Amino acid sequence: MSEAPKDNGDLAPGEDDSADPRALWRGVRGYVVGLVLAGLLTIASFSAVHSGLIYGPAIPVALIALAVAQMGVHLVFFLHITTGPDDANNMLALAFGVLIVALVLVGSLLIMANLNHQMMPPDMMRQMQR
Amino acid sequence: MSMLFGKLGWESIPLNEPIPIIASGVVALAILGLLGWVWRAGHFPYLWREWITSVDHKRIGVMYCLLAAVMLLRGFSDAILMRSQQAIAYGNPGYLPPDHYDQVFSAHGTIMIFFVAMPFMIGLMNFAVPLQLGIRDVAFPTLNSVSFWLTASGALLINISLLVGEFAKTGWVVYPPLSELRFSPGVGVDYYLWAIQISGAGTLLTGVNFVTTILKIRAAGMGYSRMPMFCWTALATNLLIVAAFPILTATLGMLTLDRYLGFHFFTNELGGNAMMFVNMFWAWGHPEVYILILPAFGIFSEVASTFSGKPLFGYRSMIIATMAICLLSFIVWLHHFFTMGAGADVNGFFGVTTMIIAVPTGVKVFNWLFTIYGGRVRFATPMLWAIGFMVTFVIGGMTGVLLAVPPADFLLHNSLFLVAHFHNVIIGGVLFGAFAGLTYWWPKAFGFTLDETWGKRAFWLWISGFYVAFMPLYILGLMGMTRRLSHYDVPGWQPWLIAAAVGVVLIAGGIACQIVMITVSIRRRHDLRDAGGDPWDGRTLEWITTSPPPPYNFAVLPDVTGQEAYWGVKAAARDDQKLSALPDYAAIAMPRNTPTGVVSAFFASLMGFALIWHIWWLVLLGFVGAWATFVLFAWRDDDAYEVAADDLAAHDRDRRAGKAALLGLDDGVPA
Repeated sequence: MSEAPKDNGDLAPGEDDSADPRALWRGVRGYVVGLVLAGLLTIASFSAVHSGLIYGPAIPVALIALAVAQMGVHLVFFLHITTGPDDANNMLALAFGVLIVALVLVGSLLIMANLNHQMMPPDMMRQMQR
Repeated sequence: MSMLFGKLGWESIPLNEPIPIIASGVVALAILGLLGWVWRAGHFPYLWREWITSVDHKRIGVMYCLLAAVMLLRGFSDAILMRSQQAIAYGNPGYLPPDHYDQVFSAHGTIMIFFVAMPFMIGLMNFAVPLQLGIRDVAFPTLNSVSFWLTASGALLINISLLVGEFAKTGWVVYPPLSELRFSPGVGVDYYLWAIQISGAGTLLTGVNFVTTILKIRAAGMGYSRMPMFCWTALATNLLIVAAFPILTATLGMLTLDRYLGFHFFTNELGGNAMMFVNMFWAWGHPEVYILILPAFGIFSEVASTFSGKPLFGYRSMIIATMAICLLSFIVWLHHFFTMGAGADVNGFFGVTTMIIAVPTGVKVFNWLFTIYGGRVRFATPMLWAIGFMVTFVIGGMTGVLLAVPPADFLLHNSLFLVAHFHNVIIGGVLFGAFAGLTYWWPKAFGFTLDETWGKRAFWLWISGFYVAFMPLYILGLMGMTRRLSHYDVPGWQPWLIAAAVGVVLIAGGIACQIVMITVSIRRRHDLRDAGGDPWDGRTLEWITTSPPPPYNFAVLPDVTGQEAYWGVKAAARDDQKLSALPDYAAIAMPRNTPTGVVSAFFASLMGFALIWHIWWLVLLGFVGAWATFVLFAWRDDDAYEVAADDLAAHDRDRRAGKAALLGLDDGVPA
């Protein structure tokens, strides 16, 4: 592992930069920004449901969008997935994770929708049970 | 239900069932006897200091393998019960009541997958991967110890279920609605859930640890295209662990909510959907089979190359095949439930993806064949396991591709044909791989090789026993016998079931030979001593250090200049007729042993047991205890000790003397 000079404020996880007096402030600022953003997104989710500002049937979509944004905030501010030069592994891991989540979600939706589609209509099933 | 003991009472102990009582009594006596002997002989402080609290990846690896071996005996005794029951239960109920028989087959599956195959593979990875990468330990040594003890804690809970309460009667896949509270009101499913959740947390931590280690910490010059094949398969396996185990945790978590808090994720009523459980269980379950088999593929690659005296054929295609399997394993899971009612298009899609997985696997098989082809093959025990694997695994793979055809699966699903298929790939693949790895790395771990005569006897008994035990099951499956039957009334089945029981006797002989092999080898350890640290003429970095390696593995971290790092060093030494120049030794810091792992796992076991029996105060105590242990660990002041440069130099002098003797060279060090 090469030790690149750290002037852009990104660090590999577990790396110790406590010698740098600005590091603490920089770290705290990052977490505070993240906390505020996460809080705002949470409030937005609740108000999307309760305020009536959003067209009813669109609420689930709005919630999904807000949830994805929430995940982004967590990844950047709390898990420090950034585009810094040392973060190739992190980005690859994130890409792999997103791929797997997408495969499992899409696959499950496909499978369960197909199962529902194939299901016998209830009245037909009742007839067969006689 | 009392505040103090929850659902637990004297009636929880099945005093009216002789088999579990006698079995657990014998086991308890054996454990107490062993502990008493350890205590009286004064070994306990040594065990505590050097093993139980160890954060050394090699010792944790050895303990994982020991756990797997012990649990193999437990799982195999369940197999003996089932095979003997079915051999006699034609037209009569046999000797096992159905209620007990159901627990036996559930425990057999759960134990063999989670507490034999997983710890065996993780143990071998723990032992060999840091050595092969040329580093001193994994990325997070204490976390590694936590992982091991959490796995042991899950194994403990499963074994407690033998004496206190009952185990699940649902099969190891615990499908709802059968596993819901309404149909399984006892504690059996709860034992399953908490044992798997606790050990699953440990497995996930292992995954994180190894992915970090392999991606971030390697010897200088060890690029991705120079990593030994076993490290590549370990990387793929741990990526799969990190990606797949959260699915299992979430799925079992939802079932837990159903059972404990009246949720309706998978119930029949109030919008629950049991099919969603099946879907998600196998979204974890199929990657899981590759989590098990990929490290075995890595072991066979190392063994085939070492014992043929040739580099691995098609190294790069092997990497591509490994990573292709890693990805493809996530798009085939529906083949575990073709008959659940999906349409032909969906079934067809997953059938085709399943068949596609056979392509990279086929690439691997041909690579091993070409590695052996033209080589100077030495038929030592690890190589026998590897060749036995190739033949057996290909048969299992072909029946797998047959089952991947949805119309064929409609005939064969849930039959003994399926049971024969997955035992064919798990025994012939994973278990043979574990045994190959055990004999291959044993000298590295303990400093002496295993006795070859008994090793070969074990191999021949195991492989013949496997064929005698499982080929009849293929035939029985085609005859229409379904799995998990406690008794039957078809006269044509019994001869085949008796044959299968004979196979189990042969396998028992194989296991006995392995026990004799280890005993004999320990007694003959001075004759079998591996003085040079390289008994098989190895090619990868674990063989450059002594057997057993020092806690820090290498006095000076190796500098890798090509594939097969150690082979290059050996070739250079032979060419120059001398060892490499003496390096400069500098003091190193090594992590201190810590009881964090065993203490937090102790509290986790308490918590698991309390959750199973609804003893809420103990749940709180266990949780707080485990958490406090972590906090204490995080606040430790003194986490490393120093190894002085002189000690390193002294150890390295011995190592170089051993290597020089091995290569017939003057070691160039003044005496």
